[in-house]
Amino acid sequence: MNSLSKKGNRLGMDQTDLSLLMRRYGIGLVLVAMCIFLMIATPNFTKASNLLSILNSVAVNGCIAFGMCVVITGGGIDLSVGSMLALGSVMIGKMLDATGSNLIACIVCIAVCTFFGLINGLLLAKFELFPFVVTLATQLSIRGIGYLISGGYSQGLTNVSFTNIGIGKTLGIPNAVFFLTAILIITYILMHRTKFGRYDYAVGGNKAAATASGVPVFWTIAGSYVFSGFCTGVAAVLMSARINAAQPNIGIGYETDAIAACVIGGTSFAGGISTTPGCLIGILMIGVIYNGMNLLGVNSYWQTILKGLLILLALLLDKFMNKKH
Amino acid sequence: MDSNEYILECHGLSKAFAGTKALTEVDMMIRPGTVHALMGENGAGKSTLMKCIIGLLEQDTGTITFEGQPYKVKNPAEAALKGVSMVHQELNVEPYLTIAENIFLHREDVRGPFLDKKATLKKAQALLDEFKFGMPAKTEMQNLPLAKAQMVEIIKAVSQNARLIIMDEPTSSLDSEETEHLFQTIRDLKAQGKTIVYISHRMEEIFQICDDYTVFRDGHSVGCGRVADITTADLVTQMVGREVKNIFPKVDCAIGEVELEVKNLTGKGFKDISFQVHKGEILGLTGLVGAGRSETVSAIFGLLPPTSGEILLEGKEIKNKSTTQAIAHGIAMVNEDRKQYGLCLMRSLRENISLPNLKSRQRGLLLNKKREKEECAQYAKEMTVKSAGLEIEALSLSGGNQQKVVLAKWLMANPKVLILDEPTRGVDVGAKAEIHTQICKLAARGIAIIMISSELPEIMGMSDRILVYHEGKLNGEILRRDILSGVVTQETILAKEFGQ
Repeated sequence: MNSLSKKGNRLGMDQTDLSLLMRRYGIGLVLVAMCIFLMIATPNFTKASNLLSILNSVAVNGCIAFGMCVVITGGGIDLSVGSMLALGSVMIGKMLDATGSNLIACIVCIAVCTFFGLINGLLLAKFELFPFVVTLATQLSIRGIGYLISGGYSQGLTNVSFTNIGIGKTLGIPNAVFFLTAILIITYILMHRTKFGRYDYAVGGNKAAATASGVPVFWTIAGSYVFSGFCTGVAAVLMSARINAAQPNIGIGYETDAIAACVIGGTSFAGGISTTPGCLIGILMIGVIYNGMNLLGVNSYWQTILKGLLILLALLLDKFMNKKH
Repeated sequence: MDSNEYILECHGLSKAFAGTKALTEVDMMIRPGTVHALMGENGAGKSTLMKCIIGLLEQDTGTITFEGQPYKVKNPAEAALKGVSMVHQELNVEPYLTIAENIFLHREDVRGPFLDKKATLKKAQALLDEFKFGMPAKTEMQNLPLAKAQMVEIIKAVSQNARLIIMDEPTSSLDSEETEHLFQTIRDLKAQGKTIVYISHRMEEIFQICDDYTVFRDGHSVGCGRVADITTADLVTQMVGREVKNIFPKVDCAIGEVELEVKNLTGKGFKDISFQVHKGEILGLTGLVGAGRSETVSAIFGLLPPTSGEILLEGKEIKNKSTTQAIAHGIAMVNEDRKQYGLCLMRSLRENISLPNLKSRQRGLLLNKKREKEECAQYAKEMTVKSAGLEIEALSLSGGNQQKVVLAKWLMANPKVLILDEPTRGVDVGAKAEIHTQICKLAARGIAIIMISSELPEIMGMSDRILVYHEGKLNGEILRRDILSGVVTQETILAKEFGQ
């Protein structure tokens, strides 16, 4: 009675593994279906150069989305990422002017974004406020700081070696793809292989139970926002290099695409449920949607409408599949 | 047969979920004006049947007849219109609306397009007075104690002219006094000709308040009749399908030196508490709900740090400002509210079991997943958790199995002191006995155990020593030998709980 027969047990495991896999990555099938459709509809889709360009185009949003995924998993949300991106960009302009060193500019940019992530995190961990409202407020303030430092002006970056970070290639692969891959790997290890990740899932899933299990809830929440800031910092480096400018008005609405990628990838808005591969699928899906519609010649207004509808479709599909199991 | 003999009849009801049969050919007859007990272990099919009756689920086959008419409803609102209401275990109230607004939700008085708040309030107040509720109808729901909120739900049902009221474990969070008040209300309703379906795990309540019973087991209705014609032992046998001889298999083990001592501990809800727990000892804490038992152990565990007093572990004073510190000192606690404090329900069993135990299971900065898996499997097996592997979500387990997962989690933490707050609440009879066996095994390993329970038979059956709380203070100590010899009875302990 206490233990099922060994064979029965193993069989049971296989079934649950499969259903779990479907539940977590079922959305991947949609991505595959979309790719197959585009393969047939536009022969250009499967060209290596096009595939690389999709990866390249999602790099900035991808970096932000992985950070966002960690925050949402912990039961929060970070609306300030777009402003952080702009502030990071402004910092790069100032630092390149002051020092001329790419490395220092990048480090300062990432450090500043991480610092504001820490501010978000400390506010939320300490005062138990609603993350939506707090990061909405910091979004405004951070944006303001960006304007203040830059005087509101966009500044062209003359440093070719810096621009190269964003648009250059190594071994035929865009540099930005390496950055995205690095963030992907860091996120994966953090969420699925470290104590912090486990705590993040626990805090997002059930804060009270996490507290009662001795989980350092404060530092887990703060840490998730710090990571989001860090990822946004990396995205800011890529973005500035790509547009070849330090601009205080970039990144408006970027939180939306990042949140969309998380949600499409199966991240629960209630917290506690997400997977890093799922998030990657969400990021790619948004890229494929844009790319596919460009190839098909869909105009950009329609693209926005369709993107919204596809997100809804993804959510409904996810709900449907979850219900079945 | 007189068609008025039964108010509700279910015939041959079956319901399956994804191939698993939750109900198989269930029959149930309820006489009007009676209190009908619905008994069975968790997962026996009681809830599924009730959901079919109030329209949350639709049965696959079978018929329901209510007041002689064929009865079929699509949702609880429709059921309420027909005269069937349910008071759920977890109450469905709007905390920020007033009592009046809650009672008349969706049935508000209107004058043209506007709410007629005065009329609603007046009607609600009249109802409350009728039930001797003792609070104004404009009180916000969130300010009501649980027992009162439950009463509002009952009053709401009555106001909808419910002839059949289903109560799902209504006393699970009530103390003795509140329970008695609820019983009085039930008797009053019965006198008015209302019919009550009463679901409870507490055997003594069935004999106190119910007229008829139906027993469920594994989705079948296995027995029914008059409560007066049956004994507790018969009921238990019917419920589990086998004879449960010893519900509390307390095994005496060697009691060692003092492990934990609290001196003059004072905090919110308790005052000047001093006691010792020894290695291998099971110390029972009992008292009415709110007497300060849970508050004391929460203070020891660092959930709600005490305002004054000392906690000594193995003779050395410790301060637990957080649960993290308490766990580091070797203190673990199974909380009374399993869903809120015990488990992350949507995460896997493995993640739940290892959650407090990750620190010592790392390789560098990374988790040692292989070791984690092996150890979790080992502790789950030791606690006889029944599940299809450790990767499934905690949500999918029954209450008893969930509680075993919580125990496995703390066992893996290798605690010196284990605090168990209502360890078998909401757990069915079979799993209860298994959990009791495991608790005894843990004591035999030399763990000092503090156990809180509101169920007197449980606390008397399991404890080496019992401390009785009354209004935040200790009011007497009872030794196991006095219970075994019969010097101390349930009545003695109850008297102490009430302050005598």
